[in-house]
Amino acid sequence: MKFGVVVFPGTWSDRDCGHVVLDVLGADLVYLWHKDRDLHGADCVILPGGFSYGDYLRAGAIARFSPVMESVAAFAARGGLVWGICNGFQVLCEAGLLPGALVRNDCLEFRCEWTHLRCERDATPFTGRLTRGQVVRVPISHGEGNYVADPATLDALEERGQVVFRYCDAAGETTPAANPNGSQRGIAGIVDERGNVMGMMPHPERCAEFELGGTDGLLLFRSVLEAAAGATL
Amino acid sequence: MSPIAVDERKLREVALTAAEYLEIVEQLGREPNEVELGMLGVLWSEHCSYKTSRPLLRQLPTEGPAVLQGPGENAGALDIGEGWAVVFKVESHNHPSAIEPYQGAATGVGGILRDVIAMGARPIALLDSLRFGPLPRSQRHFEGVVAGVGGYGNCMGIPTVGGEVYFEDCYAGNPLVNAMCVGLVRAGELRRARAGGAGNVLLLVGAQTGRDGIHGASFASLELDGAAEERRPAVQVGNPFLEKCLLEACMELTTRPGVVAIQDLGAAGLTSAVAEAAARSGAGARLDVAAVPRRERGMTPYQVMLSESQERMLIVVEPGREAELAEVFARWDLEASAIGEVTGDGQLVVTDGPAEVARLPVELLTDGAPVRLLDARPAPEPPAVALDRLGPEPADLGGVLVRLLGSPNLGSRRPVFRRYDHMVGDATVGPPGGDAAVLRVPGSRLGLALTIDGNGRYCRLDPCTGAQIAVAEAARNLVAVGARPLGVTDCLNFGNPERPEVYWQLQQAVSGIATACRALGLPVVSGNVSLYNESELGGAIDPTPVIGMVGLLPDYGGRLSAAFSHDGDFILLLGKTCDELGGSEYLKVMHGEVAGPVPALDLAAERAAHELVLAAAGAGLLRSAHDVAEGGLAVAVAECCLLGERGAHCGSLPAGDGRLDAAFFGESQARFVLSAAPRSMPALQQLARDHHVELALLGLTGGDRVTFDRQLDVSLAALRAAWEEALL
Repeated sequence: MKFGVVVFPGTWSDRDCGHVVLDVLGADLVYLWHKDRDLHGADCVILPGGFSYGDYLRAGAIARFSPVMESVAAFAARGGLVWGICNGFQVLCEAGLLPGALVRNDCLEFRCEWTHLRCERDATPFTGRLTRGQVVRVPISHGEGNYVADPATLDALEERGQVVFRYCDAAGETTPAANPNGSQRGIAGIVDERGNVMGMMPHPERCAEFELGGTDGLLLFRSVLEAAAGATL
Repeated sequence: MSPIAVDERKLREVALTAAEYLEIVEQLGREPNEVELGMLGVLWSEHCSYKTSRPLLRQLPTEGPAVLQGPGENAGALDIGEGWAVVFKVESHNHPSAIEPYQGAATGVGGILRDVIAMGARPIALLDSLRFGPLPRSQRHFEGVVAGVGGYGNCMGIPTVGGEVYFEDCYAGNPLVNAMCVGLVRAGELRRARAGGAGNVLLLVGAQTGRDGIHGASFASLELDGAAEERRPAVQVGNPFLEKCLLEACMELTTRPGVVAIQDLGAAGLTSAVAEAAARSGAGARLDVAAVPRRERGMTPYQVMLSESQERMLIVVEPGREAELAEVFARWDLEASAIGEVTGDGQLVVTDGPAEVARLPVELLTDGAPVRLLDARPAPEPPAVALDRLGPEPADLGGVLVRLLGSPNLGSRRPVFRRYDHMVGDATVGPPGGDAAVLRVPGSRLGLALTIDGNGRYCRLDPCTGAQIAVAEAARNLVAVGARPLGVTDCLNFGNPERPEVYWQLQQAVSGIATACRALGLPVVSGNVSLYNESELGGAIDPTPVIGMVGLLPDYGGRLSAAFSHDGDFILLLGKTCDELGGSEYLKVMHGEVAGPVPALDLAAERAAHELVLAAAGAGLLRSAHDVAEGGLAVAVAECCLLGERGAHCGSLPAGDGRLDAAFFGESQARFVLSAAPRSMPALQQLARDHHVELALLGLTGGDRVTFDRQLDVSLAALRAAWEEALL
């Protein structure tokens, strides 16, 4: 199983994702340079967090035009696993691989803190190790993580079960106080219609080790590992 | 020689005195031209030359077995074992932040990051020490600076893991923004910014050069006055994305042959970078301003040499290597231009195409500024606490505790640090909110503990003891997480030293830092001096030496937190409580008084307390440890409860012959609040006897209230509400 971690100029979670893949998970890793169209045989492509191109225009707006994104889109269309985390989620929305957009947090401030997420769908390659309704603890770190879409899109997402994570409190209740950025319907992560492309604002690569305050993020990485193994069997 | 006409207006523009001008003329044997005068002006500014503080700074201990690099380079470095070196430095960006808080703070962070990068190290953490006027009046400064620190660090992907912020009237017109950066490098790959031998090529990499920031270093050496707003163009604008690309390119350069040195362009821009890199090798340099990529048309050689445009690095490479290194810069879409070469004649020669526009001895630029010996006069004796005027001790100590925890200087810092990415890098095993941050070293069990500390109020009342306390408290913070303090970086923020009281404060504070560092065995490996922190609004700031400190844990798994972690643990007070209220937050908040004397500091007792905590932590006897600082014992115990989400039930505190409020809220030094499992008590008590340190049992953890028998009783919920709301 090989993870490909995309590096745009301004990406910084690449090293953290790489650390989890190599040192915690013990899987194979290849970094994918943004100017390179070759995905080097990756089974799952991670678009990691950061400020690609500085995000001066709009988060993810320029990264979507990178050469590597053409290959990522084609890979996704073939059913390949594509996982956008934080800035990666923003890039996937800008690229049209996921619906909706991520706008400035409603508190108008950057937020770096632990959040609770309720798993809304366990039948995805990214959440196979979770159960529906399970609450996991994963940190966020963003200034523009407020998920918005028009009502029809939101309804369609709900109907098709594309909402994977919602912000909640420790008990699993989706209260306004538990929503750190004003995301509509508390949405923290979604998948595309086929379920092989996921975007999420929280950072699972920051909670894959006990020393860092939690290991719930590892459940997602292990899910992908198992899904990829199943797919190749 | 005919008498020299000194153009006062021109000198003011470059912030040189008439005497300094005459010195230049004598050394050169001629009058400098305009470009030369500008170059000398910035390098002879206090900011670059330390002409006022240099004689004082010699007192600081700078050596020790772990020191790999002391002051004089872009940053200091210490050996932490397993082949790793930690590189760190603190720097101020006060004046720019006063005028343009966001960009001032952001570029302060950008500058200190480049200092660490220039040493070949990858930055792993940032810390900030901030001072503002009271809220809400200083909200604009507070908001802008916090957003700016976060804006730069977050975008770069360097975690901001610690810091401190205080609000005091004297900073209303002149806030303090000190940023500290910590990096890691393999000890063998540590770089020095020495230009090396003749023929080496000077590459300018990164941002194009614009007119921004001209005279920034000189501006930092003047008081803020009504015209400060007009200097807004002297504040640079940061581009953290470009700096991130520079960082990655510089990290790739460390593995390439042919790279001689990396030098950051900071204050005084190209002038300083080239002169300093040349000076460290005793070399000269020739550079052509026509080869410097410009952001705007029509810039003069003077402007190019003095520009402080951000995100630029000078890379010195062996001749003939330019082409192979160009691929690294191309990969990161960075512009790299050969702008000159190292020479052997000790002269810095600037040309504009074929025309020579400046020729100055490097030594005159970097070491020529005459030391200024200023008059010192002790500041007037501060008022002493008139205990009889304070009236009786308050009946409701619980109410006092709620009020203290709800005050801006003692409330929770979460509203600040949640705006900083403090987790990126997957290394922050001890997050902000405790005594010190702890970061793990990659591929190792080593843990680095980081803190930054200062107390301007103590230093106003007694600059020598106040500075000693800053060192002692920073060390105490590191010890409280189980780390042994290793070394210091200092940032000396003071008013105008030409005023004898201010110069005296500077003298006193530096000698205090030196004394405390020697007593605690700590070398000072880097630092920064920021003088002229005065404004029409608030006069001179309180003397504010800020101490950044790095400590080491052999195994980060053994780190301690301040949080009470189990119900039924014993709560202990380590160290002696004296009948002291001087300089306390309690006096300020409850009585509106700032009065001395500051708490006494016994450095031997301080060191003994540290050794005891480290021994107990190493033996696994402690469940938590917390430094007792501003707000005193009651605030410290409450913080342990709030962080651990459990209460404390304590016996009554003995007031002895003194006041009860001093027992609860006095700020006696060399104290810790510890918690331990009951079974650890015999061993702990034995250790305390061995170290000759007082260890008193206060009570037990548990419940949802903080109580001291018949003296104080308050719910944790009430404390939490006040504490969490303090900065919102």
